[in-house]
Amino acid sequence: MLTWMAWTWPTALFFLFIITCLATLTVLELRYPGGDPRRGVFGLDTTRGDRLFISLLGSAYIFLAYLGFFGPPLWIPLAIALAWGFFVFRYV
Amino acid sequence: MNKQINQKAWLFVLPVFILVAFNALIPLMTVVNYSVQETFGDNVFFWSGLLWFQEVLTSERFQNALIRQLIFTFSILAIEIPLGVAIALTMPRKGPWVPVCLVLMALPLLIPWNVVGAMWNIFALPDIGLLGYTLNALGFDYNFTSQPGDAWFTLILMDVWHWTSLVVLLAYAGLVSIPDAFYQAAKIDGAGSWAIFRHIQLPKMKRVLTIAVLLRFMDSFMIYTEVSVLTGGGPGNSTTLLSIDLVKIALGQFDLGPAAAMSLIYFLIILLLSWVFYTVMMRNEDQ
Repeated sequence: MLTWMAWTWPTALFFLFIITCLATLTVLELRYPGGDPRRGVFGLDTTRGDRLFISLLGSAYIFLAYLGFFGPPLWIPLAIALAWGFFVFRYV
Repeated sequence: MNKQINQKAWLFVLPVFILVAFNALIPLMTVVNYSVQETFGDNVFFWSGLLWFQEVLTSERFQNALIRQLIFTFSILAIEIPLGVAIALTMPRKGPWVPVCLVLMALPLLIPWNVVGAMWNIFALPDIGLLGYTLNALGFDYNFTSQPGDAWFTLILMDVWHWTSLVVLLAYAGLVSIPDAFYQAAKIDGAGSWAIFRHIQLPKMKRVLTIAVLLRFMDSFMIYTEVSVLTGGGPGNSTTLLSIDLVKIALGQFDLGPAAAMSLIYFLIILLLSWVFYTVMMRNEDQ
């Protein structure tokens, strides 16, 4: 039924990761309501959801920039993206 | 008083979720799937990894289209936003001319995009079009079908004509919502018209202007129909913006993999710039 969507395992895992992130945020919101707002190092007022958005968007750009300048493999940008995600959730 | 949580409200949101899933999420997922594969049709796909992303990112064709797109978008924003605010400021707030002005302003927005392109194509033709003929009669060497500068001039003029009224209507809505008490207080303080604009009208219009900038940014970044009908991306590739290039790759060449990769990069650019615009403007409002 879904052959027209041309699913592959890597893309399915990618979406599974996104869905897991959203589900985790939902659970966190139910457990600790309010979105955990704060003002971080960039002076931005962010909630948990904002921080996830910034982490994912920043990671996408890290991968694209590395791919454009150096090409695969992408282990180095993966490490940078993880560090970026940690930085955003900890300090932004 | 304790707020009562009503989970039944989610049932009312469910149709919207289903609608968004079918018209946005499922197509987006399919584009992601296509972007890592090669196909020759007949629903047969071959894994190609990140090859298309790398190809698009390093291609001069994509980079040039992106530069043209950015120039176009920031040019029309630089013209339409101040012009829209200026026109809104001159419009009457009371009296019989209000509906007349509003209808006149709404008219360009009601015209279908392909009709706007066709209208301006005929209007700007150098031999029979009113604009083209007049400019040539005045001594300008104007021909948008063969000169890139003229094509850009016509394109920007067409977009300004078509969309400035949206900014006008939004800015006007912001202006009429300002209570008279603000103006009376400003009058007592002896404020001039510039001071009133700078300290009362502009801050009160910030929210609607944020919407105007975001709408015009996203719309102009995705513009296709008008440009396609007016210039077709020419002369040469001079007005080939991102969407025109994308359609050429996807439908002209049937390169679905590279087109899908380009679509995702295009989507990420819009997402980032919209977020930056929104964050900066809302931050200024908070301050």
